[in-house]
Amino acid sequence: MESVILQIAARHMRPLLVILSLVVLYRGHNEPGGGFIGGLMLGAAYILFAMGFGVQKTQKSIPVSPVILTGIGLLLALASGLIAVLMGHVFMTGEWTTLFSGTSFELKLGTPLLFDLGVYFTVAGMLMLVMFSIMEE
Amino acid sequence: MLVLPILLPLFFMVVLIFTRRWLAFQQIFSLLATVILTFFSAMLLIDVQQNGIATMQVGSWIAPYGITLVADLLSAIMLVTVAFIGVVIMIYSPGFIDKGRQSAGYYPLAFGLLMGVNGAFITGDIFNLYVWYEVMLTSSFVLIALGGSAEQLRGSIKYVTINFVASIFFVAAIGILYGLTGTLNMADLAYKLRTIDHIPYINSALMLFFIAFSIKSALFPFFFWLPASYHTPPIPITALFAGTLTKVGIYTMFRFYSLFIVENLVFWKTFIIVIAGLTMTIGVLMAASQYDIRKILSFHIISQVGYMVMGLGIFTVGGIAGAIYFTIHNMLSKTNTFLAGGLVYQRSGSYDLKHLGGLYKASPLLALLFFIPAMSLAGIPPLPGFFGKFFLIKGGFEAGDYVITGVAILVGLFTLFSMVKIWNEAYWKKEPENIKHGRVSRRAIAATSLLALAVILLGLFAGPVSQITLEAANQVVFPEMYINAVLGR
Amino acid sequence: MLFLLAILVGVLYGAAVYLLLRRNIFKLVLGLIFLGHATNLLLFVAGGLTSGFPAFLRNVPGETERMADPLPQALILTAIVIGLGVTAFALVLVYRFYSVTKTVDLDELSENE
Repeated sequence: MESVILQIAARHMRPLLVILSLVVLYRGHNEPGGGFIGGLMLGAAYILFAMGFGVQKTQKSIPVSPVILTGIGLLLALASGLIAVLMGHVFMTGEWTTLFSGTSFELKLGTPLLFDLGVYFTVAGMLMLVMFSIMEE
Repeated sequence: MLVLPILLPLFFMVVLIFTRRWLAFQQIFSLLATVILTFFSAMLLIDVQQNGIATMQVGSWIAPYGITLVADLLSAIMLVTVAFIGVVIMIYSPGFIDKGRQSAGYYPLAFGLLMGVNGAFITGDIFNLYVWYEVMLTSSFVLIALGGSAEQLRGSIKYVTINFVASIFFVAAIGILYGLTGTLNMADLAYKLRTIDHIPYINSALMLFFIAFSIKSALFPFFFWLPASYHTPPIPITALFAGTLTKVGIYTMFRFYSLFIVENLVFWKTFIIVIAGLTMTIGVLMAASQYDIRKILSFHIISQVGYMVMGLGIFTVGGIAGAIYFTIHNMLSKTNTFLAGGLVYQRSGSYDLKHLGGLYKASPLLALLFFIPAMSLAGIPPLPGFFGKFFLIKGGFEAGDYVITGVAILVGLFTLFSMVKIWNEAYWKKEPENIKHGRVSRRAIAATSLLALAVILLGLFAGPVSQITLEAANQVVFPEMYINAVLGR
Repeated sequence: MLFLLAILVGVLYGAAVYLLLRRNIFKLVLGLIFLGHATNLLLFVAGGLTSGFPAFLRNVPGETERMADPLPQALILTAIVIGLGVTAFALVLVYRFYSVTKTVDLDELSENE
């Protein structure tokens, strides 16, 4: 089933949804949002694309396969816990740092954000894996 | 140190995900990984035995506010046994499972399962326990459906549905318990239950927990899903499930009974002993009527889970020690019988006793490899099954629970009958006309032999092992040590 | 509010059990979804809906009146994530079952061996 409207919409929506998912991921720390919801949005962006163009074409347009994306996510989550061990603290202790402090671009980064990024990739990867396996006949 | 049993499988899983195209590497790496896991689990066991209960506050959040990891002797013993079963399965699998399934993610999923199991053994937080259960179950869902034959899909749908329902009972109980007590830390909960006089509705929550875990460990009357699904996937997967999954349910029951049952002791004791008796009797009777090796063995899992719960119902140091020894024995012997059944399948192309025969004459080694664990399960000395039952029955008599002890002895006889039935039909009977002569994989034989050796050693060193199980039982029966270790009092 | 939610939990459980007992396999998955949501709501209700009872701090006058307990919400979030995973897997499973056997009837599940 080829729909021109869906294809055009999907092509333009995908980058927007990816950016939006990153925004949701970042604001998750102090406001509603987070890795899980961001990951769902990222997955949804690609599923929308797959609805318009088919699974094969979508998989070609992603640099990594969904399985590898899941692996990257798990690795980031693992790393976020191990950073604390390297700093000499107990596993999973939150380590924070502030970039550009004092300026108006103050950016607070820490291992919980890295963990969330891991969740983000894992959820998106798993969602794509499941949906693509249903969608391809 | 304490976090390693969870971290290592996660790390191995990630490595295996990235290398999923190189099957030969996956096979060797998985074996190496399980050996490393066994080594660190054994180190943990030695550490716990020498220095007492080990605790760790994840993320530096002190108990009861954060998640605590705790390893007492019971946890450490279970960790070592599961890791060792992992080693055996990883030797066995490449020789049995077809290439398609192996490269479809068998190895990473197996480590996902091990991570969930290990997590459930060492967590000290009730909700975290639920999460580890789900990690374990989700991996097992995919493993049981891996390959996707119609029979497997049929088994998987039953398995997924019933386990999801059990998880729902588990979460509902957690919600109610949190509403009642305002804490999720197991030691803190146990402390509150002992200091606050009477908490209303606490029995509802505990009964919901009991139902959840009895579904997961296949107790009467919730056992039906196990024989309906366990025989569908390839035998190493079944063996891995048989050796680990139901035992996590049993472990959790031990932990919960020890920590949370402070009221209505007489009711709980009678209730659990009745359930144990029914479970072991019905399991063994249903096994007697089956002709598929995998189904006979699946029903025996149920029967033997009954023995472990019997030890829990007795709840004296002797009874619990017997149950822990029996659990170790059962994890090893049960996995071993399944693996030996897989050898029979490779040799003759069938699991159906009606189509089998003459294996004793054709291959004495295969016969011996089945004989050892089967006689161990039936309880013939000097194999560990004998000592397991002996400790349990001794504990039962000492506690004065004569009825359940009598039932246990009777069920032991029936177990012997089933094992002799497989032996007669598959090994001793004259070889049928059109039997297949398959090649048995050397790796599979090596793995089964290694496990059989472990079973024999467990029997020969029953004395020293039972010393450790007695110490472990002491920590279970007197949970004050556990509570104080976690809360740092 | 509490009363209404309690009834809603009961209705959801009832609907879930009804769907689980149907023979259609897709309704089985729907039943699982309902069961998950009913339990999430139960966690919410049981864990304390009202403000004034934050985690670990009980009855501190002037401090705790406007705080709600965030823990049940965190638990529900985790339960939703896990529920999503299981539901997604169940959907794939059911779909595969349908494409292998060409039926959605649970009675075809019974083994005619």
